[in-house]
Amino acid sequence: MQTAKVELIGISKNFPGVVALDNVDIAFQPGEVHALLGENGAGKSTLIKIMTGALSRDAGAVLINGKPVELDSPAAAQAVGIGAVYQEVNLIPSLSVAANLTLERQPRRFGFISWRKAAEDARVALKRLDVSIDVERPLGSYSLAIQHLVAIARALREDTQVLVLDEPTASLDAREVERLFAILRDLKARGLAIVFITHFLDQVYQIADRITVLRNGRRVGAGPTSALPQVELVSLMLGHELQAVEERRPPAEAKAEGEPVLSVKELGAKRVMAPFDLELRAGDVLGLAGLLGSGRTETAKLVFGASAADSGAIRVDGKPVSIRSPRQAIRLGIGFCPEDRKREGLMLELTVRENIILALQTKRGWLRLLSAAEQEKIASDMIRALGIATPDADKPVGQLSGGNQQKVILARWLVSNPRVLILDEPTRGIDVGAHAEIVALIRRLCAEGMALLVASSELDEIVAFSTRVAVLRDRRKVAEISGAKIERDDIVQAIAAP
Amino acid sequence: MRLDPPAALQAPTRRPAAAPKFSEWRAFWPLLALALILLVDAFISPGFFTIRLVEGRLYGSLIDILYRGAPTAVVALGMAVVIGARGIDLSVGAVIAIAGAVMTELIHAGMSAPAVLLATLLVSLICGLWNGALVALLDIQPIIATLILMVAGRGVAQMIDAGTIVTFRSDFFSAISTGRLGPAPSRIVVAAAVYALTWAAMRRTALGLFVESVGANAEASRLTGIDAKFVTISTYLISGVAAGIAGVLITSDIRGSDANNAGLWMELDAILAVVLGGASLNGGRVYIFNTLIGVLIIQSLTTSILVSGLPPEYNLIVKAIVVFLCLLLQARPVRQAVSGMIWAKRT
Amino acid sequence: MGEEDMNERYMPLAATIVVFLAIYAFGAAAYNNFLSTLVFGDLLTDNAFVIIAAIGATFVILSGGIDLSVGSMIGFVSVAMAALDAQGWHPLLSALLLVSFGAVFGGAMGALIDACDIQPFILTLAAMFLLRGLCFVITLDSLPINHPFVAAFSDWRIPLPGDGRLSASALLMLAALAAGIVLAHFTRFGANVYAIGGDRNSARLMGAPIRRTMIQVYGLGGFYGALAGVAYAFYTGSGYPLAAVGVELDAIAAVVLGGTLLTGGVGYVAGTLFGGLIQGTIQTLITFDGRLTSWWTKIVIGALLFFFITAQRSIMRSTALMRHPA
Repeated sequence: MQTAKVELIGISKNFPGVVALDNVDIAFQPGEVHALLGENGAGKSTLIKIMTGALSRDAGAVLINGKPVELDSPAAAQAVGIGAVYQEVNLIPSLSVAANLTLERQPRRFGFISWRKAAEDARVALKRLDVSIDVERPLGSYSLAIQHLVAIARALREDTQVLVLDEPTASLDAREVERLFAILRDLKARGLAIVFITHFLDQVYQIADRITVLRNGRRVGAGPTSALPQVELVSLMLGHELQAVEERRPPAEAKAEGEPVLSVKELGAKRVMAPFDLELRAGDVLGLAGLLGSGRTETAKLVFGASAADSGAIRVDGKPVSIRSPRQAIRLGIGFCPEDRKREGLMLELTVRENIILALQTKRGWLRLLSAAEQEKIASDMIRALGIATPDADKPVGQLSGGNQQKVILARWLVSNPRVLILDEPTRGIDVGAHAEIVALIRRLCAEGMALLVASSELDEIVAFSTRVAVLRDRRKVAEISGAKIERDDIVQAIAAP
Repeated sequence: MRLDPPAALQAPTRRPAAAPKFSEWRAFWPLLALALILLVDAFISPGFFTIRLVEGRLYGSLIDILYRGAPTAVVALGMAVVIGARGIDLSVGAVIAIAGAVMTELIHAGMSAPAVLLATLLVSLICGLWNGALVALLDIQPIIATLILMVAGRGVAQMIDAGTIVTFRSDFFSAISTGRLGPAPSRIVVAAAVYALTWAAMRRTALGLFVESVGANAEASRLTGIDAKFVTISTYLISGVAAGIAGVLITSDIRGSDANNAGLWMELDAILAVVLGGASLNGGRVYIFNTLIGVLIIQSLTTSILVSGLPPEYNLIVKAIVVFLCLLLQARPVRQAVSGMIWAKRT
Repeated sequence: MGEEDMNERYMPLAATIVVFLAIYAFGAAAYNNFLSTLVFGDLLTDNAFVIIAAIGATFVILSGGIDLSVGSMIGFVSVAMAALDAQGWHPLLSALLLVSFGAVFGGAMGALIDACDIQPFILTLAAMFLLRGLCFVITLDSLPINHPFVAAFSDWRIPLPGDGRLSASALLMLAALAAGIVLAHFTRFGANVYAIGGDRNSARLMGAPIRRTMIQVYGLGGFYGALAGVAYAFYTGSGYPLAAVGVELDAIAAVVLGGTLLTGGVGYVAGTLFGGLIQGTIQTLITFDGRLTSWWTKIVIGALLFFFITAQRSIMRSTALMRHPA
């Protein structure tokens, strides 16, 4: 098998309002497994989409064996030997395995597809990965593990030189991961370059020869795996960017006293999050720290009733309550700002004013509409209080920048006056100025006696505003640190601990 | 300062966003279209704008447009609500037929007129409930879910009147449809009342906000505590009752139930009116006033072809061309080019 | 475990065939001469143009779209055939011209839908108005097609054992069906249609040509619609501007009853034949009965639609054929 070195040089990519990649260099060597690491929004997906022709780049070059190539479509990338398996298996579940494996390259006789030959080709392709299944059945009828292997088989053509795998192990159990790794080692031995994106650090140390860490669109670290101990790696991934670290430490350390507003015992859901306990008092900021995939979002959603728990008990003010839907949580005075603002937070077509009053209106029910004057007042108060940059309250919220959109969601919950506010990645994807404002806001709310649960991938940020920190690893709460002990290094140790 | 050349070329299109002055007033473009059509009429037919009072009732081409457009307007208002929540209701034509059949049978059964009216509206409410349940509870795509009643509904209506065109005499219902209230034809008054009710439901309760919220982002609505199932079902209830009212108007007008033809293709005109009013079939906005303008555009097109002396067979072609133009102007690539330009201007 | 051998993709098709056989068996049990080649031959002939249109609609629906312009296309083609006949054109020549027109017209719709990102529902609705409007512009009356070829076409038939016969319309339909099956299942175009209907985004990432396929799909829908119009004109020997009003719904119903998911990606062209025959058989049954009236057709078809749609919904959920619920 002919092998090649693929280099990406000075790759940049902007989306409206966001710099997704900023001058990134990376080289993939034949016969190596190269782990690409970073939190959500670090730029991993954008990078591999550019590399596989699914996205165009704004600047930079892609070289194969030193020669520049143009990758303007997935087909063009495949033609130069770059194959990819995206995170959500990008195959078609309603088609048979054979049809999936042979789409656009079916064997034909007299212009007509020979399905017998196609099935044979499919079996041969799967055999290379040591998979034997009925290729005539629809792909969707197989387990996710098999679907992943089929996707890898499709990405691996005779002439494939680089194989990109985006989170291939996310839905596999330990045995299936072993099987995949055996296949990867075999491919590596055959001289392929393998790009492996994952959030499982132990798997990185098992299989990767080289590591590149991305953060906020920039390369923040690279080197052979042996030169990067786990603690250092975690530290790189979680960043060191908050400038004003000296003004950390909330003033209200001793304030969080009395009965817990919210207490959670043994809350959990199978395959989602192992049962955990949490307690929140007025004036508490409980930080949820952990790597991508450690269960930060899952914890937040379980507490809010946005995803179903199958065990555990929740008390509000000491009284047992049942939270089976966001509606119930909201009635109990809980609010939730989701991580994925566009998908789960905002109604982009609605105006800033409408987005801001929505949660309060929901609480009042559909009959008691807030009057136009009340709406105006609430919206303009919030726009002023949070410094939302918008020409007026009747602008569709989709036209604001990321930071201002985040403030709109925060405003939505603040006007509904919750006692507990859950924030999932409140500073993701927003510019530095808005970032500092939101951190300051969290501290102010805490000082005013609200209880906050804040999940974040920014370790410095967590350290800056938390009164206590719950550390998560592999969908399990592994430690809780409080008081004067909240130090960045302690958290890194707890996350990285074997 | 960065300006994409293609965006710059696309600038002078009809998206209000391109001209901030009009972006405040969404009705501008539909109104402009309507005004243009009426202006052409004024040239073709002098006296187009004349309104006369004959025996206490208003007459004239403009009144005629309102009069003929009334049933479509009622249906379209309900459709605007459904589409706002990212749904669609193909069954309104069939519901009109069912309402007509129920009403006729009950009149023949000797029920008092107000009771007939109530019972008819109740039946159309049940039709709406059926659609809403399929969409919200069984999670079936709206186009598919409402197709079932669209196909079966006319059969049900024919079954109710046992396959014949049943006629009736009723002073009450004649008064509702062809009579007058003061100088105004009463069905225009009925349509105005439905308009006022829809407006009140959408703008004087929070239902309108919730409908638009569910239409814009159903998952985010759930996470904000909105009962999306309730909201979705209520949109189909509104559309069902609106179709029922239109059914009463149409049936009273012809004084009989015609299960085959009553409200035939009304769903298409209603959807068209909503789209002409500037709403997206992808939901997120209920434009009540604009929907009315959309209805008037469709109706005045028909009327102007009549007064222009063009044979009525050109009606559909003209309508089709107007729709094509509106669709192209609303197409996302055009919008994106425009908003891309605005964004570039800001930075 | 033996029951699992049945490939889940065949289940809707199998259900359709079972329903068809059950309805037909019911007819055979209830009426003496129902189970004859005469009745069956007529069933094929009378429903030929609807089924031809439905085959085209199957492709459009498999790709995840919808085409409301089919009925108007049939009406337009029949009227245009009659008008060209009056000009002295040979019916075969005008058929050739109109079928090409149908393909080009459909292709243009596909291009607009993809390029401008317009919902197929609303765009094909406008096309429906346009084509019907063209009918009215050509004529407001029923026009005869006097060419002897048309008479010969509708008289020509292959005798079947028993009293039955296979008419030229029925043969045309069966040929169109065969071509549809080959296109859907044995060409890359067909495979791409299934892929796009299954998951458009994945299909794009897998290298399927989306724009080209969308143009081809709607072009094929227009082609089959026009062919159905030709079959209709030959069958009735006339063109009528109100011909086939609402046939787009019959065609969509035939596709759904044929086991194709309206959300796209799953289904068989052959199923559409049975879907169309189910509708035709119900109609024949009701005519046979004499006591039952025509509205039962609509109610029964509506009930069957409900049954099929809810059943498909649960099959889809249980087998995860669809990753993204519509």
